[in-house]
Amino acid sequence: MKYISEFRSPEIVNTLLREIKNTVKGRWNIMEVCGGQTHSLVKNGILNMLPENIQMIHGPGCPVCVTPISLIDRAVHLAMEHNVILCSYGDMIRVPGSGMSLLEAKARGADVRILYSPLEAVKIAKENPGREVVFFAVGFETTAPANALSVIHARKENVNNYFILASHVLVPPAIEEIMNDELNRVDGFLGAGHVCAIMGIYEYYPLVEKYKVPIVITGFEPVDLLEGILMVVKQLESGEAKVENQYARIVSEEGNVKAQEMIYEVFEVTDRLWRGMEVIPMSGYKVKDSYRDFDAEKKFNIHIEEASENPECIAGDIMKGIKKPYECQHFGKKCRPVSPLGAPMVSNEGACAAYYHYSGLAEQLEV
Amino acid sequence: MQLQCPMPKLDFDIITLGHGSGGTLTSQLLDTGVFSLLQNELLNKKHDGAIFNMQGKVAMSTDSFVVSPIFFEGGNIGDLAVNGTINDIAMCGASAKYLSLGFILEEGLKMTEFWEILNTIKFACEKAGVQVVTGDTKVVERGKGDKIFINTTGIGEVHEKANIDINNIKAGDKIILSGPLARHGITIMSHRQGLEFETTISSDTRALNKIVIELLDEFGEQIHLLRDPTRGGLATVLNEITKEANLGIDISQKNIPVEEEVYGACEMLGLDPLYVANEGLFVVVADAGIADHLLLQLQEWEHGSMAAIIGEITEQHTRQVLMKSNIGGRRVLNMLAGEQLPRIC
Repeated sequence: MKYISEFRSPEIVNTLLREIKNTVKGRWNIMEVCGGQTHSLVKNGILNMLPENIQMIHGPGCPVCVTPISLIDRAVHLAMEHNVILCSYGDMIRVPGSGMSLLEAKARGADVRILYSPLEAVKIAKENPGREVVFFAVGFETTAPANALSVIHARKENVNNYFILASHVLVPPAIEEIMNDELNRVDGFLGAGHVCAIMGIYEYYPLVEKYKVPIVITGFEPVDLLEGILMVVKQLESGEAKVENQYARIVSEEGNVKAQEMIYEVFEVTDRLWRGMEVIPMSGYKVKDSYRDFDAEKKFNIHIEEASENPECIAGDIMKGIKKPYECQHFGKKCRPVSPLGAPMVSNEGACAAYYHYSGLAEQLEV
Repeated sequence: MQLQCPMPKLDFDIITLGHGSGGTLTSQLLDTGVFSLLQNELLNKKHDGAIFNMQGKVAMSTDSFVVSPIFFEGGNIGDLAVNGTINDIAMCGASAKYLSLGFILEEGLKMTEFWEILNTIKFACEKAGVQVVTGDTKVVERGKGDKIFINTTGIGEVHEKANIDINNIKAGDKIILSGPLARHGITIMSHRQGLEFETTISSDTRALNKIVIELLDEFGEQIHLLRDPTRGGLATVLNEITKEANLGIDISQKNIPVEEEVYGACEMLGLDPLYVANEGLFVVVADAGIADHLLLQLQEWEHGSMAAIIGEITEQHTRQVLMKSNIGGRRVLNMLAGEQLPRIC
C-alpha cells in the first residue's frame, strides 16, 4: 500500500494541477475511455479541481454499459428456461433486459450466482456434473484472458457441462467509431490503462496517425489521471498528436503476450453490436469454432425476439460523449440507479451513475 | 477464546422437523440446550412470556439475522444476534436488560453447530449483562431455510441523562466515529464462494451498551444522536441523518479510520469501505463544545483507539453529505442503490 499511496499524494496532485493550469490555454474536451477512470475522477472529486476549460468526457469503456439488451435477454432466458446455473460478474445482474434483469430472474427462482472469476464457474461445473453451468463472459480486452483461460481449463479437465455466453468488446474500434461520428467533440484521449496492460500499445499508432488525436495511455489513481491529462494538454497546446504512455509501470509496448495468446486460442475477432450504438465492425470477440463445445450460443437453442433499446435512454450519445448525463431529460428523475432506464445508470463505472453520485455538487459548491 | 460448555449426550446429532413439533424432541432440545445454558430466574419459569418491572423511559428494538456463512472470523450468527439488538437499543441511549430469542432452524442443522451458537449467545449475553427471558424455536424443511435464522428483540431502560433525538442536531455539531470501518462486511465477503482470499481480518461484532452508558454518564444531553452504521455502512447512516434532520454534513476522507488490510481488501473487491457493514461501531453527533473530550474518552475504550472526529453538521447543502477526498477534491456521498453485499447480518 505504500507504493500506491504515492499515486494518491495530495502534494503531487497539487503540483500537477498547478502545472495543468499553467499549461492550458485553449478549451479542450478530453475523453477518458475507461469506466474505471470515470469512477476514479468522480470518487476523488477531480472533476471540480480541473480548470474550467478542460472538459472531461466519459467514454464507452464500461462493459456493463455497452452489452446489448438482447444479450441480457439471452442470459435471462438461459437462466429461466434452460435451468442452467448462470454465473456472472456482480455488476451485470442488475442491468435491465427487455423483460427483466438477472437479479429479478434470481428472485423468480433462477439459479444466478455472482462470481469474481470464471474459474470459479468451472469449479461449480465440476461440483455439479448434473447441471449445465454458463458464465456470462462480458467485458473488454481486460477480462478476455481469464474467460479464455476458463474454457482452456474446462477442456483440459474434461468439464463438459461448462459454457460461456461471450460478448467481448474492444477499445480501438470504439475510439474509431467516436472519431468518425460527425458530432464528435473529443480533442484527446486518456487510453485505458488496464486494457493496454493486456494488449500493449501498438494498436493505437494507426489511430493517432489517422485522426491526428493525442492518446495517452493512463492509469487509475489521482496522480495517474492528472499526469495523463497534463500529457494530453501539452500535446494539444503544442499541436502534436502522438501515443504516449503515462502508465509505463504497468503497460509495456507489446502488452502481456501470454494473455494475448490465451485470447487468440479461444476467441476470434467479430462484428459486435454495442448498446446504444450500431454494430461496429471487427469490434469484439466470439468463441472460435474449435471451442464451439463451450459456446453457450451454440449449445443452447436460444429463440427469443430481438428486443430494442428503451427509446427514452440516450446511452449511445452518452457513451460517445456527445451528451452529458445531466443533459438527458430523464437523468435523476425517471432514471436513477434503483430504477435505471439504461445501463450507464446501473454500473458503478457507468457515466450516468457516476454523475448521479456526484449530482447537485456543482450547484452547491459553485467551484 | 471463549470457553464452551461440553455438549450433553443427546439422542440426535442433527435438527429434524420433530424438534419444532412442540413434543418430546422439542423439550429435549430446549431443556438440554437453551434452558440449561441461558438459565435465569425469568427464563426458568418456562412460561408463555416473561413478566417483569421496568422503570422510567424504556427503549425497545428488534432485529432478524440471516447471515451467511453462519460462522466467520470474530464471531457467528449467535453473538451477532445478541449484539445487534443490544446495539440498536444502545443507540436509543439505553442499556438492554432483557432479550427475546427466536430460532428458525433448517432441518439437517448439525447439533454441534447449534450448540456452538448457543454457547456464543450465552457468552455474549453474560459479557453485555443482558438476560434472555423468553424465546421460540421453529424448524422448517430442508431447503426452506439456510441452517439457522435468529430473531432477537430487546428492551432496556433509557439512561436518565440521555436525550437522543434527531431534532437536537444543529449546525456545528461534530460527528465522531468510534473505530475503523468495514471489518464485518469484509470478513463475510472473504468467506463467500469465489472470494476465499487469505485474511486476518475479523468481524467487529461487539456490544456497545457499556461504552454508550459511560459516555452518557459523562456527557448526557450534549450527545445529540447515536447511530450504528450496520448495513449500508457509514455513508448510508450519514445520508439518513441529513435527510431526517434537513441539514447537511461535511466529512473529510483523511480523518475516517480504515485499517490498512481492510482497505486493501476493499480495493481488491471493488468495494467502498464507506458502504460496507459494521457490527461494533457507532457514530456520535455531539455538541462541538464537548467533542474533543468525548473523543478522548472514546479513545481510552478498549476498542476506541482509532476513534476520530470525521466531520460536522452544516446548514449548507441540506440533505447531502459532502466528502473532501484525500487529495482535496469534493464529492457527494449518496445512499447505496441496491445491495453491495447480500446477507451480511
